[in-house]
Amino acid sequence: MKTFPDKINRRSFLKVSALAGGGMILSFNWLAGCKPKELETLGMPKEWFRLNGYIKIGENGLVTIMSPNPEGGQNVKTSMPMIVAEELDADWKNVVVEQAPLDTDNFTRQFIGGSQAIRIGWNALRTAGATARNLLIQAAAQTWNVPAEEITTEPGFVLHTASGKKAHFGEMASLAATMPVPEEIPLKEISEFRIIGHSHKNVEAKNIVTGKPLFGIDYKKPGMLKAMIIHPPAHGLRLKSFDDSAAKGMPGIKAIFQIKSHQDEYERTFFDTTSFTDLVAIVGNSTWEVMNAKKAIKVEWEPFSTYEEKRDWNGRKEIRTIPGGLENEASQIQQMAEASKKARIARKDGNPETAFAKAAKVIERTFHGPFLAHNCMEPMNFFAHVQPDRIDCAGPLQKPELTEQALSARLGVPIENIYIDMTRLGGGYGRRSYAHWLIEAAVISKEMNAPIHLQYTREDDMTGGIYRPMYRATYKAALDENNNLIGFQVNAGGLVEPPLYADRFPAGAVENYLAEEWTVASNITVGSFRAPRSNFIAAAEQSFLDEVAEAAGKDPIDFRLELLKKAKENPVGERNDYDPDRYAGVLELVKSKSIWGQTPAGISRGVSAYFCHNSYAAQVVDLKIENGQVVVEKVVQAVDCGLLINPDAAKNLCEGAAVDGIGTALFGELKFVEGAPDRTNFDGYRMIRMKEVPKTIETYFVESQVDPTGLGEPAYPPVFAALANALYQATGKRFYNQPFINQLNT
Amino acid sequence: MALFNLTINGKSQQVDVDPNTPMLWVLRDHLDLVGTKFGCGIAQCGACTIHLDGNAVRSCQLPVSAAEGAKITTIEGLSEEGDHPVQKAWLEHDVPQCGYCQAGQIMSAAALLAQNPNPSDTDIDNAMNGNICRCGTYTRIKAAIHTASKNL
Repeated sequence: MKTFPDKINRRSFLKVSALAGGGMILSFNWLAGCKPKELETLGMPKEWFRLNGYIKIGENGLVTIMSPNPEGGQNVKTSMPMIVAEELDADWKNVVVEQAPLDTDNFTRQFIGGSQAIRIGWNALRTAGATARNLLIQAAAQTWNVPAEEITTEPGFVLHTASGKKAHFGEMASLAATMPVPEEIPLKEISEFRIIGHSHKNVEAKNIVTGKPLFGIDYKKPGMLKAMIIHPPAHGLRLKSFDDSAAKGMPGIKAIFQIKSHQDEYERTFFDTTSFTDLVAIVGNSTWEVMNAKKAIKVEWEPFSTYEEKRDWNGRKEIRTIPGGLENEASQIQQMAEASKKARIARKDGNPETAFAKAAKVIERTFHGPFLAHNCMEPMNFFAHVQPDRIDCAGPLQKPELTEQALSARLGVPIENIYIDMTRLGGGYGRRSYAHWLIEAAVISKEMNAPIHLQYTREDDMTGGIYRPMYRATYKAALDENNNLIGFQVNAGGLVEPPLYADRFPAGAVENYLAEEWTVASNITVGSFRAPRSNFIAAAEQSFLDEVAEAAGKDPIDFRLELLKKAKENPVGERNDYDPDRYAGVLELVKSKSIWGQTPAGISRGVSAYFCHNSYAAQVVDLKIENGQVVVEKVVQAVDCGLLINPDAAKNLCEGAAVDGIGTALFGELKFVEGAPDRTNFDGYRMIRMKEVPKTIETYFVESQVDPTGLGEPAYPPVFAALANALYQATGKRFYNQPFINQLNT
Repeated sequence: MALFNLTINGKSQQVDVDPNTPMLWVLRDHLDLVGTKFGCGIAQCGACTIHLDGNAVRSCQLPVSAAEGAKITTIEGLSEEGDHPVQKAWLEHDVPQCGYCQAGQIMSAAALLAQNPNPSDTDIDNAMNGNICRCGTYTRIKAAIHTASKNL
């Protein structure tokens, strides 16, 4: 076991000081931590003793645990500290949680992305807690003059049973802080867990339900000005000129000017996507005044020509051609169809050509997925204060470390002089990985020589690009005369990225398999969207398998289980990235919990299962069509994410994924007309609402002692297909194109 | 610019703003009551819901000039200790995920229960259909409203 690096170097010390000084934070109460008031048994201590980057303990026994990762609804601000508290053997009711700032010296991977916070954080969080517990034990051993091996802990206390000595953590904290950090540290057995595996309420819930300032949009600082931007109304356009004569004299307006968020020759790194670099910035005293001035500015746009963009994608250098032109949906669909004919082979097993030639039955279907906007409920915004010797920023970010690098490159300020506070995110879903708005805020702040808060309107947000790519996939299955699946092909691509996972099920379960992918260039920017790629390909694959099962005359669950059995006992290929047992496990669980085979009268039922982000999920959707409307009566879902940290919160996340998935599958869509998105706000972009939500959602977890894996994304992709398969049962029509509402309405 | 006398959360407040300024921005920018959230600006998402004389209204569409003389309640003033039955039910059901829309959801729910202490599922669907939650916490919201209804 490795030791936990416990160092407070100058930089992290300064960051802590900046927070403690209160200069950066006004009307924020992060330092007070968060905890429902009635649970607190201890008041704030007079003094804190820091045992490592995650833990400080007050002389009265109150424990503060830093939550390293940004919080955007995944509930990591509760679950990550729970893991630390477990190994520390803290008494949860005497724990307060603080959001850590970006601090690469003390924390690793302060990211939201890929449902990886718990999986990757697991060992570091446990080690942090166990190490601090060891320091407390060493301190007690020295104080009581007994061997450390004889000292045990119970929540919040160290004890020496033989002598009857007992002290709360606070009594040992000052001495513990001076003890040597152990080289190796044992961790608890799962059977010893007192916190993990038991439901604990969201530590921030009280602040949320009382409207406390928690989000980036709530950030305030004395002298802070409000800023907005105007970006082109269409992809393929850039700023030509603007006339601000009607706007600049308007009340409260301080300045209107052009900014360049990224230099033309800028080499973009991962998550450095920007749709529009030349923008008009408006700065003033209040949001409403700036909004009004924004409307009074006349801007001329011009089409840009094809250009090249330099990229450094995790060390892979490339030059990407960005085509000029104003794109339309029809031509995009046509381009995708053309590109699909010139695909690159991603995986080939056996001899698919022969299998299809000798097949008794061949089924071929093509699926489409539209562009999607993330529609985080908190529109994009950020605070920045660029000063001669430092930059202070605060706001909602998914990838603060990468953003810091981009900011450093843009403004020429060394990373050690950049200080980023992570506020709560009013939703992320991938969108806040692309933090061009932070750069824009900083460029505006520098120009104004003042602290500014940049606020996007909903329209700026929805029309600003970085969408879920537009996708297309063609599946082909070959059945022999005994209805065995002897060949399987997938050809998938997208504009601008492909959705293919070549090594996922049913790869490994079919002797003759071919997976191909392709892309289409576009000036429409795309990016990660909750369960990237899986959010489309799961729907296509799992709908297709339903149709193949039907053609084979098999029950859709039995059909999948048969294939999984083959993948386990006699796998084809060596790169299959799923565990057939765990995959079958969620199917078996959903089969039993939904009472599969006994569909209630008047109900249509569909099933789906998928593996992504290291976790497994299966869903059964029960629905009926009433007056042309889809009424989802029930979703039963089974999830295997390894060991559960916080069961009720995990359930909440999976319920939300099912609702979000059903909403997106039914309604989510953004089309382009002459480069411009055809909808700009929630009057046009339909989101799932209370009336359309499943009446009941039941979530079950596979009991597991495997190390925990992700949960923010895995239950999202499969529900699209469970819905499509249920809609087929209800209507007799297969749903190949998202959103399904378009086909329902025709 | 003009002076407006407002009654917000039982307190008299005076602001000097453009008469067309929506209450949303008066609350957020001028009175430091940021619990009321900006979501869409066109009364489609419900994040900015407040109570105007007890009725749930979208503050992004309510000009300050139309709010004078009315009793305004925001999430900060729904209860003194955060213990309104709706807030308590939200905690009991651990409703929030990202939490951004929840103040608006709570204000819509509280207005519904004030007028209809025993809402059916359909009543809840109708009253809450104007509030969007991208995280998809709707089923918990509905359950929490039923719980709150029992504890009014």
